[in-house]
Amino acid sequence: MNKKRLVLIGNGMAGIRAIEELLKLAPEIYEITVFGAEHHPNYNRILLSPVLAGEKSFDDIILNSREWYEQNGIRLHTGDPVQEIDRVRRKVRTVSGIETDYDRLLIATGSTPFIIPVPGASLEGVIGFRDIRDVELMLAAAKSHKKAVVIGGGLLGLEAANGLMKQGMEVTVVHLLDSLMERQLDKPAAAMLKASLEETGMRFLMEAQTAAILGNQRVTGIRFADGSEMETDLVVMAVGIRPSIELAQRAGIRCERGILVDDCLQTFDPSIYALGECVQHRGQCFGLVAPLFEQAKVCANHLAGLGYGRYTSSVTATKLKVTGIDLFSAGDFQGSDGSEEILLRDPSGGIYKKLVIRDDRIAGAVLYGDTIDGAWYFQLMREGRDIADIRDRLLFGEAHLGDSGHGGQSKASTLSDDAQVCDCNGVCKGTIVKAITTKGLFTLDEVKAHTKAAASCGSCTGLVEQILADTLGSDYSTPELKPLCKCTDATHDAVRQAIREQHLTSLGAVFEALAWRRPDGCPACRPAINYYLIATWPGEARDDPQSRFINERAHGNIQKDGSFSVIPRLWGGRATPDELRAIADAAERFHVGEVHLTGGQRINLLGLKKEQLPAIWAFLGERGLVSGHAYGKALRTVKTCVGSTWCRFGTQDSTGMGIELEQMTWGSWMPHKFKMAVSGCPRNCAEATIKDFGVVAIDSGWELHIGGNGGVKVRATDLLCRVKSTQEVKAYCAAFIQLYREEARYLERTAPWLERVGLSYVKQRLLEDEMGRNALAKRFHESQRIAKQDPWRERAEGREAHEFEPLKILG
Amino acid sequence: MKTEWIEIGRAEDIPRQGARVVKTDKGDIAVFRTAEDEIYAIRNCCPHKGGPLSEGIVYGATVACPLHNLSLDLKTGQAVAPDDGCVTTYPVLLEGGLIYLDFSSREPAA
Ligand code: SRM
Ligand SMILES: Cc1cc2nc3c(=O)[nH]c(=O)nc-3n(C[C@H](O)[C@H](O)[C@H](O)COP(=O)(O)OP(=O)(O)OC[C@H]3O[C@@H](n4cnc5c(N)ncnc54)[C@H](O)[C@@H]3O)c2cc1C
Ligand code: SF4
Ligand code: FES
Repeated sequence: MNKKRLVLIGNGMAGIRAIEELLKLAPEIYEITVFGAEHHPNYNRILLSPVLAGEKSFDDIILNSREWYEQNGIRLHTGDPVQEIDRVRRKVRTVSGIETDYDRLLIATGSTPFIIPVPGASLEGVIGFRDIRDVELMLAAAKSHKKAVVIGGGLLGLEAANGLMKQGMEVTVVHLLDSLMERQLDKPAAAMLKASLEETGMRFLMEAQTAAILGNQRVTGIRFADGSEMETDLVVMAVGIRPSIELAQRAGIRCERGILVDDCLQTFDPSIYALGECVQHRGQCFGLVAPLFEQAKVCANHLAGLGYGRYTSSVTATKLKVTGIDLFSAGDFQGSDGSEEILLRDPSGGIYKKLVIRDDRIAGAVLYGDTIDGAWYFQLMREGRDIADIRDRLLFGEAHLGDSGHGGQSKASTLSDDAQVCDCNGVCKGTIVKAITTKGLFTLDEVKAHTKAAASCGSCTGLVEQILADTLGSDYSTPELKPLCKCTDATHDAVRQAIREQHLTSLGAVFEALAWRRPDGCPACRPAINYYLIATWPGEARDDPQSRFINERAHGNIQKDGSFSVIPRLWGGRATPDELRAIADAAERFHVGEVHLTGGQRINLLGLKKEQLPAIWAFLGERGLVSGHAYGKALRTVKTCVGSTWCRFGTQDSTGMGIELEQMTWGSWMPHKFKMAVSGCPRNCAEATIKDFGVVAIDSGWELHIGGNGGVKVRATDLLCRVKSTQEVKAYCAAFIQLYREEARYLERTAPWLERVGLSYVKQRLLEDEMGRNALAKRFHESQRIAKQDPWRERAEGREAHEFEPLKILG
Repeated sequence: MKTEWIEIGRAEDIPRQGARVVKTDKGDIAVFRTAEDEIYAIRNCCPHKGGPLSEGIVYGATVACPLHNLSLDLKTGQAVAPDDGCVTTYPVLLEGGLIYLDFSSREPAA
């Protein structure tokens, strides 16, 4: 097949990212040539600041080595800018005279620093801060000279000033306005920032306008509009950037401030695409990488001929990469008519937090001093989450929503390199930072894949995101809507909707309807879709055992040595002597490794070989015991206390209630595991207020609690309502479970789900809408009709026998 | 050493996107059948911490270990990047619906 020719002009962050995305989608269709004006392969421009500060070397920040280009069959020309685009003959020509034909052209020429046109601007020692050459010039200047002036008190200017100071220079930052970083910070935060930078020795000259740069050959000083002068050996201009559009303009491609592109990143010439800082999209130009990476995805999608991606716009967040300074800013941080502010200001503590709220949603945020919740606010903002229910605690951060997990560790930037971040997999901060910088990682998913941090229980996710932001300077991580997995761009909710609306009843049908990228999915999507199918079409969709995790396929928990555990159901935590005897007999007869009382009021028989399972299940089944589903995304236990039958404080029969609830709900598959408890009085010995559905007896009836969690992130329940009768408890329980089953995302427990949709929403569905509640309960009971089959008995009787037998025994 | 094909069972005895175990005196071998009906055999022992790979979820010609989710390519036995590690693979032959395995040439590591 004749490959089409793709030429990329601009060997920088946006252009190469687009090529990487393209290679993922369609590695075969193009013969790719890349032209870069710089002498290097693609490097991480963002990390020039740490290179200048001496915290990293240039090698550390290379993103794509020359070998990468080779391995992917990409022809790379460095140090040779393209001089001309001939759109009629579809050719580009470089300064050195190389000519290359193209079928598709991609322009990603970035931008250039704006140099203020004052007398002396072209003297030696006057530079911008854009590429590695600028950094080399600054490092050289620091070796032989003493004084530096940075013009511009924005993000870039302050990072330059910080770096030069680290290299031993005396640095003054000259700023036109009265407040630093005015595009990211409001005045109070800017004042705190200025004070802490002054403490490090940085000097400032505010509201000063540069009139001329002095010197003959090399700069010697600077004169301001008011006539005053200052000596200096180096001037770094960091007053803004200009999209590099001259090349495109000369070729007659329509430009305004930037090269005009549509939502497909196409210029007005259909064979030419453009992205990155050189473009203008819907009137907007860009200066941070997060939106450029989103553009790269869309652009690659169109270059690959798929043609369904659209770039609309991105919200961005920023962070200053000056070690020791924690600062976060996102969205509309100033506020305007119709917005409100929630504010915390503690100048001596060095903490400032401001949230701008509009229509019960976060519109912007400025955090100074304590930025642990930046990623969280940013996420709430991008998702447009209604915060009415949590506004009283919002400013105190995610930790105050009941998360006792990692609440104590607040500043990623002050953690030492050997501080353990992921407690499950033992990953330290240093390892994460190293992986981010050496392997060029930009997203949380990439960090998970490369380091395993945040890949298990996930409680350190916020911290890892913070380290990512801290190391890279911005929040690149999550796109606005997370796709279900890497096989698709569709979200969980979109998949569910398709299953419902198009009446899809098999995994194959879902894959086809939503154009899945892998013919048979992956271990992340298959269990999710299998659940959505059986929950949406109970009895109709066929359960696919091969898309279930081994525990659910083998109806036991796999252990580290490959053996399995057996936990029978003890209804409501109560056991008869016969049941205990049966369990004891089974333990003896099958030589189990250990008998252990579980945290869920049951008995665990550990260390059974898979082949033994059907036999021990049959043995237990004959004695009246059924599966406890301790292995499933399913109803687990219903813990109870002894209640009014025995306890001197008991107000109701909590054990009886627990048994009724368990008998109603057992066998039900859920988005995640689901636990219940019933306590006989407010002393709450069954710990009902950390369960997914908790019931606490009171003198006049029952209190119903929802959304508790006792695991990784402890969360106490929210009170749903009080009711009088057993019938009501059961009705609300069924309706709540069904709402969760129908609307939560797979692997989302009730606690995070409730926080996502809001308590008001659940109350509205369950308390205010009686008909809706009854309908939910009815759908739950319908799905339970076929669910309450003991899977152990079915397998003891021979179902899926192959699962438990070796194919062959040799020797 | 010459090849020694040993018949181990029928392809249809292994569920699609699933695996069965062949027990040998040198350790367990996991025999996989993909969605496309290809058959692969690898040592049933994950290079990470020895997880039983036969219990993993099979997708494409890949299996994800049930213990900590490391993915291995069934054709090569290599871990899928960015993970590393590898597992012994065994030649298989499919003839008339029967699977033959040759594990003479490779001694499973102890
Ligand atoms: C057996 C048991 C420990 C014990 O010996 O007591 C246990 C064992 C496991 N728990 Fe648990 N949990 C057990 C009670 C609990 C409890 C206490 C409870 O249920 O009251 C909790 C905290 C309450 C809660 O869930 O909110 C608990 C919170 C977890 C979590 C964290 C869940 C969370 O949402 O934060 C996990 C991880 C997960 O599910 O992703 C987990 C995961 C596991 C797994 C399934 C890990 C795994 O994937 O293999 C363990 C299986 C071991 C096995 O083969 O049996 N286990 N686990 C308990 C079984 C109870 C039962 O009778 O069914
Ligand atoms: C010091 C510094 C710190 C930064 N910190 C952050 C941060 O913390 N967070 C953040 O989000 N963003 C940050 N940025 C911004 C970020 O680096 C840019 O948004 C991003 O690099 C833009 O990507 P691009 O591909 O559009 O442009 P570039 O990465 O600049 O790539 C364009 C390339 O095209 C080349 N080129 C231009 N014309 C031609 C031609 N005619 N022929 C061939 N090649 C040509 C250029 O030499 C350049 O290599 C920072 C930038 C700098 C300079
Ligand atoms: S049983 Fe639960 S707490 Fe104990 S090691 Fe396993 S997952 Fe961790
Ligand atoms: S044992 Fe296989 S991934 Fe850990």
